[in-house]
Order: sequence, then structure tokens, then C-alpha cells
Amino acid sequence: MATRLQFENNCEVGVFSKLTNAYCLVAIGGSENFYSAFESELADVIPIVKTSLGGTRIIGRLCAGNKNGLLVPHTTTDQELQHLRNSLPDSVVVQRIEERLSALGNCIACNDHVALAHTDLDKETEEIIADVLGVEVFRQTIAGNILVGSNCALSNRGGIVHPHTSVEDLDELSTLLQVPLVAGTVNRGSEVIGAGMTVNDWTAFCGSDTTATELSVIDSIFKLREAQPSSIVDEMRKSLIDTYV
Amino acid sequence: MMSALMDQDSSGMFKVQQTIGSVVCCKCGVPMPPNAANMCVNCLRSEFDITEGLQKSIQIFYCPECGCYLQPPKTWIKAQWESRDLLSFCIKRLKNLNKVRLKNAEFVWTEPHSKRIKVKLTVQAEVLNGAVLEQSYPVEYTVRDNLCESCSRFQANPDQWVASVQLRQHVSHRRSFFYLEQLILRHDAASRAVRIKQVHQGIDFFFGNKSHADSFVEFLSKVVPIEYRQDKQLVSHDVKSSLYNYKYTYSVKICPICREDLICLPSKVSSSLGNLGPLVVCTKVSDRITLLDPRTLRCAFLDASQYWRSGFRSALTSRQLVKYSVFYVEPPVGEATVGGQKYALSYVLIARESDIGKMLTVQTHLGHILKTGDQALGYDIYGANVNDDEMDEYRLHGRLPEAILIKKCYDKERERKKGKPRAFTTKKLPMEMDESRGGRGVDPGKMENEYEEFLRDLEENPELRFNISLYKNKNYQESDETASMTDGEGAPTVPIEELLAELELSEEGEGDGEDDMDE
Repeated sequence: MATRLQFENNCEVGVFSKLTNAYCLVAIGGSENFYSAFESELADVIPIVKTSLGGTRIIGRLCAGNKNGLLVPHTTTDQELQHLRNSLPDSVVVQRIEERLSALGNCIACNDHVALAHTDLDKETEEIIADVLGVEVFRQTIAGNILVGSNCALSNRGGIVHPHTSVEDLDELSTLLQVPLVAGTVNRGSEVIGAGMTVNDWTAFCGSDTTATELSVIDSIFKLREAQPSSIVDEMRKSLIDTYV
Repeated sequence: MMSALMDQDSSGMFKVQQTIGSVVCCKCGVPMPPNAANMCVNCLRSEFDITEGLQKSIQIFYCPECGCYLQPPKTWIKAQWESRDLLSFCIKRLKNLNKVRLKNAEFVWTEPHSKRIKVKLTVQAEVLNGAVLEQSYPVEYTVRDNLCESCSRFQANPDQWVASVQLRQHVSHRRSFFYLEQLILRHDAASRAVRIKQVHQGIDFFFGNKSHADSFVEFLSKVVPIEYRQDKQLVSHDVKSSLYNYKYTYSVKICPICREDLICLPSKVSSSLGNLGPLVVCTKVSDRITLLDPRTLRCAFLDASQYWRSGFRSALTSRQLVKYSVFYVEPPVGEATVGGQKYALSYVLIARESDIGKMLTVQTHLGHILKTGDQALGYDIYGANVNDDEMDEYRLHGRLPEAILIKKCYDKERERKKGKPRAFTTKKLPMEMDESRGGRGVDPGKMENEYEEFLRDLEENPELRFNISLYKNKNYQESDETASMTDGEGAPTVPIEELLAELELSEEGEGDGEDDMDE
């Protein structure tokens, strides 16, 4: 079920948080409201880590990650890196990469199997992404826009893209990503989906301006209604236990 | 399938055809093509009202007498009900309309006596990061009746005039005024006159506006040689705002020299014109007087200012023309073309009708049209009693001819057509007759004769007809005309091609009803 919340009266939730199947990063706000909202949903299921990246709070747009790993920009300080390594589960590889385009959250959109990358990303970065995140990388544009990370929100079960995406583009992306896609909006008609919401396989968080219609679209495309966190995480646990043994 | 999706464009690159997908409206969920606001039109409309702050009802003033609408502070604009002028006037009266873009405006039907005008306006404005919204809304105008100043002044005193033009010509006939009347009708110069009154030796025109009178006097100065003076009389004056109301009067004198007059030039004028023979004939009066010396076929032009400097009068006028019979015309000794008219100088043997026995040989400038057996009209200088000092002097020295012929006479030919109507008619100005002064009033019988002569003049002189509109006579039958034409040369008439069809005033207003009929 999708939740509506605000970060310090701002509806762009995807800017200040990063949600994956294995962990959740939130920015440090003046009050604890933002953190509490996440906690109430995700408390015992996955760790919620309060952090900053490079001293900024716009962590959602600076880092890109999935259940396998997390990529942070070169502006991240050593302390932050260490804090992240400590707080996150051991299965998650935290890697700092040297890349000219440092807003990795804007440049990379990924789920656990496949990632879309900014067309101007370095070759090495692409290799690191494929390596650390364990995904197949495709350089793509969405609705003619090269910032793929901001213009779409992706999970393993579905995705929402920029509303001006043409039908042919939608088909092509859907084929690449192997998930159903829909062109939609969030936060009362805002076209920047990636910044307006954050999603994983069983839950989603959107800005409080999101209308009921948009919420229903989100619920249906990401299949959130019937999703239970336990079943998904149990599967993960099983694999973890496997490695122990 | 590939080719359906991709085309090769001019640069040789494959371009995939892009179809616009559809998203749901973020408010109501109805599928729609994506737009800048990502909301369907109805949701946008419900949220943003671009007509907020625009005037929806307003009062306008209308003068029922002249059908004008008031544009404050003082202008009255004439407009018809539901016309384009009224629409643009109504839109101009609205304030704040520059904040939005006006796409369309049209009238909505209202009952004519409801005193309401409804206009439906369609406006466009930008809302919310680039989305342009179009909305239409009605504006209601309440019409209030209010007489405009000129109508209220007219109501108070219907005979009110502000400027008058008193046109006078001190001669004993009214020919010039007949001709002038036709000119005025043709050029519509007196259309704005409030009243036109006929007086002894002249016509009075009354106007409601000084500028109308001004333009009328200017028109006159272009068609006849005039001299005028302007005077004003104070009617009222407003002490506080220092506004003075005047009545203006233009006293206009037309030069007394007319066509076919015989003039004996004073020696000063004669020498200034290059020693033009003392006796000259006036052949044409427009804004200049054309003087022709019948002995040398030389011509001179005098315009108004030149004429009034000397102010000479004619010695003999057309009243004093007498009939001569032409017995013999010698071949012409000289020819000249003066002002478009051909003249030929020759000697003729003539005798006065009343005194056939006495034969005279005189020089005449009409050699090109006179033939043996014709009749001509001319001045009998030998026998005339002229009140002119100059002429007396010349007579003493014996340098005057005995007679001067002026024009050919068509009386014999006219006999055949007597009583039959003419092929053309003329229109008249709406003039009041001056009946107030008993003895000096105009005699209707005399007027008839003079008008008949004027019409004959028109028939004989094509150049006179140049600036005049002649209309076809409905009662006239063509068959009579052709019958009389077969027996030799008929009297000169106006050719059918020059006649105009009568202007029919229909419901659509005056259209261009003039057309020349082809034979």
C-alpha cells in the first residue's frame, strides 16, 4: 500500500530517501517525522539508516542501489562511507565511484535485475554498476530526457515513467526491463516521478500532494495491494541462510 | 512491420514514428493525452478560473435620435444594432481585457427592446507551468438612453444653425445657380446642410458645424471664381469656462461674368493680358474665367484673385442676344484649338432677323460650325445701348465690329421636337423658396423659361455636361427620337450613353445604382 508523506513540508520524497528491498536510507531532517513514517512501515523488516552524503540531505538523488549493493558518489566523505558500511547488512556492497556525473540517483534507475543508465556515463562506471549491483545495464533515454533516474520509478514488479513517453518508447523500455510500465504522474501532476516517490517490492512512499487517482495507479502498477513484506524477505532470508551453511 | 514504424527522413537516418500515449488525469482519472499540467480540461477548468477579475456587466449610453453610443468622455460613435462597429465598441469598453488573450467575440441574441446587449467572449490565458486554458463567458451590457449633445441642442431649437453660407451673384439671370446646383448634387457637397433657401440673386446654405461650412466654401472656390468674407456673431458665452458660442456667416460672391457674355476689357486689364482685343467673349467659367478674343482667336485665363483685382463687368449678357441669319460663310482663314474647343476664323455674310435688308460682313470665330442658311445668335454692337465708358470710347474711334456671333441657333430643329419630353431629367436640391419679400421674390414663370434655356444649353455643350449627372427619363420613348433623326440633322441632344440610370434607394441603403447603358 502506498503511503503519503512529506519531508519538512516538501512533497519530493524521492529526493530525501532511498528505498530498496534490503535497506532504506533517509535524510536527517529537523524533526523525526520523516523517519517515523518509514519506521512504522518497515521497522522489523529492513534496516532504516539515517545518513547524509557529501554533507547534503539530497541522498536519494546522489546514490543508486538495489539489494545487492549501493553506489555513492565521489563527494561522499570517509565517515559517511564507514557509517554506511557499518549500518547496512553485509550482503550489501557499498562502493564509492569516481564519476563526473556525480548525481547517481538521477543518472541510474535500477531494480534487482536490470538498470537504465545515463547515455553519457563512463564505460568503467557501467562496468562497476554491472559488477556491484549485479544487473544488466542499458543506456537509454525516457521521453527524450537523459536523466533516467529522475524520470522513472522502478521496482521488480513494475515501473512508472514520464507521462510524455510515447507508446513505442514504452514498449521498448518494457521489453528491456521485462516489467510492465505505465506513463503516469505523481504529486498532483508532477512529471518528475523518480524524485516524487520511492518504491520497493511491497511498499511505496509518495509526496502528500499525490491525488487518489495517482495513488491507485501506483498501487496497481507496482502490485502493492497483495504484496506482503514477509514473503519477499523470507525468500531473501532463505538465501542468506544458504550462504551461512 | 518495421517499415510501418520507421521512416527514412531526408538526412538518411531512421526515425521511429512516435505515437502519443495516454495517461490518466491526476484528479479525476479519465484517460487523456498528456499535457503540461497532466490534468484533464474539466479538472483544470474547475481549479482555475481565468475570467476572474474581468468585467461581466457594464453600462453603456445610447442616443435614440441619431443612433450613437457614447464613448466617454465626449465621443459619440454611430453603430448599427449587432454590427461589427458595435462589437468593437463594446469590447473596447471592457477594462482589464489585456490580461488575457481574446480569441473570439460574438453577439448573443437579445430582445431588441430589452435594452440589453449580450456578448460572448472566448479568452485564453496561461495557467500552471505552461498549460493554456480557453474559456468563454458572457458579458451583459445595459443600454441606457441619453440624448447626445447635438441632438439635445437640436431638440431645443430645431432651426439652430451654427454656420451659414450666403452665395450671391449679382446678375439678372439664375443660370449659374442651376449649373451650380447640378454640380453640388453630383459632388454631394451640400449633404450636410441643415437648410437650403433660395433668395433673390442667390442661395443661402445653413450648416450645423463650422467645418462643414468651411468645406462647402472650399468646394465652391474650386468650381466657380468666388470672393468671400467670414464674419461671426456671439450667441452665448460661458463665463466660468470661458467658452464662446458663435454663429458664423460666410458671404460669398460669385464673379458676375458668365458664359457667352461680351466684355469690353478696361485698358489696364487688356494690356496686362498681352493686349487682348478690347472686346472678348467669355467661353467658359470654372474656377477660372476663359476669355476668347473672337478676332484673333487668342485666349486668356483669369482666376478669382486676378478677376477681383480689377472687377470689370460684362458689357452685354445673354439676355441681349439677337438672331442673325447666315447667308454665306467664306472658307476659314485661321484655325485654333483653345481649351479643347476648335475654333475657325472666317468672314460671314449675315443679317439680323428683324432687319433682313441690312447685310453685314463680320469676322467670326464660329467658322467651323456655321453653314449657309443657318441661324446664329449674337450681339448687335452697332445698335446696342451699352452703359460702358470703355466701349463708348472705342466706338468713337470706330474700332468696334458691328456684330459678334456667339453661338449657332437650333430653334428650327427644336420646332419639330416641340412638346415632346426630353431623353433625360435632372435632379434638384431641396430648396425653400423665398416668399417673404413680395416684389423681390422670384417669378415662377420666369424661372421655368430660364430652366428650359439651361437644359438647352446642356444639350448643346458637351463640355458643360462633364461634371453633371443626367438621369434617364422614364417617360421618354426611344421610337420618337429615331423617327425625327431620319429627316436630316436634328437638334443636338444628349447621347444615351451619357445618361445614368436613376438611383434606386432600396432597403440595403444606397448602393451604386449608376450604370451606363450600352446601345
